[in-house]
Amino acid sequence: MSLADYAREHGLKRVGARPALLEYLAEAWKRRDFAMTMARFNSEAANARNRLGRWWTVLLPTVQALVYGLIFGVLMGSSRPDNYIPFLFTGVFLYSFISGAFGAGAGSVTGNLGLVRSLSFPRMLLPVQATIQQVFNLLPQMVLLLLTWVVFAQPITWAWLLLVPITLLMVMFSTGLALISARLTVHVQDLTKLIPFVVRIVFYTSGIFFNMERVLKHYPIALEIEKYNPIYVFVSLARGVGVAGYTTTTFMWVAAFGWAFLTLGLGIVFFWKAEERYGRED
Amino acid sequence: MAAKIKKSTRPVSDKPVVVVDDVHIIYKVFSSGRRATKGATTGRKSFSRKLGLREVHAVKGLSFTVFEGESVGIIGSNGSGKSSLMRAIAGLTPIQGGAVYASAKPALLGVGAVLLPNLSGEKNILLGGLAMGFGRKEMIENTDAITKFAGLDEFIDLPMRTYSSGMSARLRFAIAASRDHDILIIDEALAVGDQEFRNRSEARMREMRDSAGTVFLVSHSMKSILDTCTRVIWIEKGELIMDGDPLEVINAYNVHTGSDTID
Repeated sequence: MSLADYAREHGLKRVGARPALLEYLAEAWKRRDFAMTMARFNSEAANARNRLGRWWTVLLPTVQALVYGLIFGVLMGSSRPDNYIPFLFTGVFLYSFISGAFGAGAGSVTGNLGLVRSLSFPRMLLPVQATIQQVFNLLPQMVLLLLTWVVFAQPITWAWLLLVPITLLMVMFSTGLALISARLTVHVQDLTKLIPFVVRIVFYTSGIFFNMERVLKHYPIALEIEKYNPIYVFVSLARGVGVAGYTTTTFMWVAAFGWAFLTLGLGIVFFWKAEERYGRED
Repeated sequence: MAAKIKKSTRPVSDKPVVVVDDVHIIYKVFSSGRRATKGATTGRKSFSRKLGLREVHAVKGLSFTVFEGESVGIIGSNGSGKSSLMRAIAGLTPIQGGAVYASAKPALLGVGAVLLPNLSGEKNILLGGLAMGFGRKEMIENTDAITKFAGLDEFIDLPMRTYSSGMSARLRFAIAASRDHDILIIDEALAVGDQEFRNRSEARMREMRDSAGTVFLVSHSMKSILDTCTRVIWIEKGELIMDGDPLEVINAYNVHTGSDTID
């Protein structure tokens, strides 16, 4: 009788084997308190070292938006999008969340090796925890965004409530991104060097500070492609809801749902596939 | 291979808890320096002077069976593959061949790993417990007892990065030992603790072993192995040299290393 048969006969299970997907998700769900608590503690610790503490979570994107507004606003002159300040703030705030989750996800496994090597728990909780931390930053930014809309005389409508489902879809999408970037950096550490570059490129190509329809009006094919750009979809939806002069379309909603569920599903499966690999020494 | 029950100083049940079946662990590591080019298996030409991918065969086909209520000491010189084997038993290191089977999820207490360096000891206690799957309420209730066991009352609110290696090892042991584990692996985690803490933790280990838990102890202190273990496995260069009664194995090991006292 082989040792394997002997072990099975006595009801022993193989250690470190990747559980089935549903079982894996159930186990992760059981420890959701861990992800929540770790996200909270981490963001507290991150803020505690700075004098302005958690104010930075709103201060930084505001400064960013103002600088972009000043530079591109002057550069673009009369081709500036209508309602420029609310337009720009919506874009910059939402994008800083999505790119933040992508970057934080990338470091979530490689940056917590101490934890990975000493305790066994579904590793998925690490990128999820990193995304939750970004959500903590997003919430005060959303409040600030609403304030900007009010200050720049956007009419307050019931449609603003649609910001809630938009945010939810965006969080799902970003969680998927974080899961994907978490596994990728485990395989190829070099990718961490590329991430700021990728974030920049997407920033310049997703209509964060310019009006896509106006800039690409002579390039119908490019415009057609951009319609599927998830970042552009989320930002356009939020503008359509709150910034005067912009509208949402059914297509945008369908695309947002599609991207949210697709990316999250893909991210979960992609990350889970390599579960046995995290924490390896090489 | 049929399982053999090894001779031990106390009676153990014949219920296997951990089966290690022909386990191989191979690390692929980028090495650099003079040695690297000789042993390099791959590597692009332009870089080969500096970088080489070396394979380190850390554990070479080990097999053994551990039964309920045993506490197993693992000895061997530095770099003999003890820690790699322990991490494989805990399921924290992928293995390249063979398999490890266990009746419950083994909990590992290793060296060096600081859980979350920027968080206070108290928060580490809570998070460590939650990650192991315990409830928040019971962890909060246990926090005082854990702090006390670790002897860190004064420092529990400081970030863990400020702890000395002995202090963080004590805290990690206290977190893990606050609960009964079916299988607990202690990898030199006690070596950095002071004598008083070592006595306290050895007592706790015996207690766990007696409540039908299985304990693995990796240590260079033959005295603490003799005090707590019922069986000793000696590993050298990833291969099993001897497995059996603590006194016999340790004597043989001492002859091998040339030391004549047990300390």
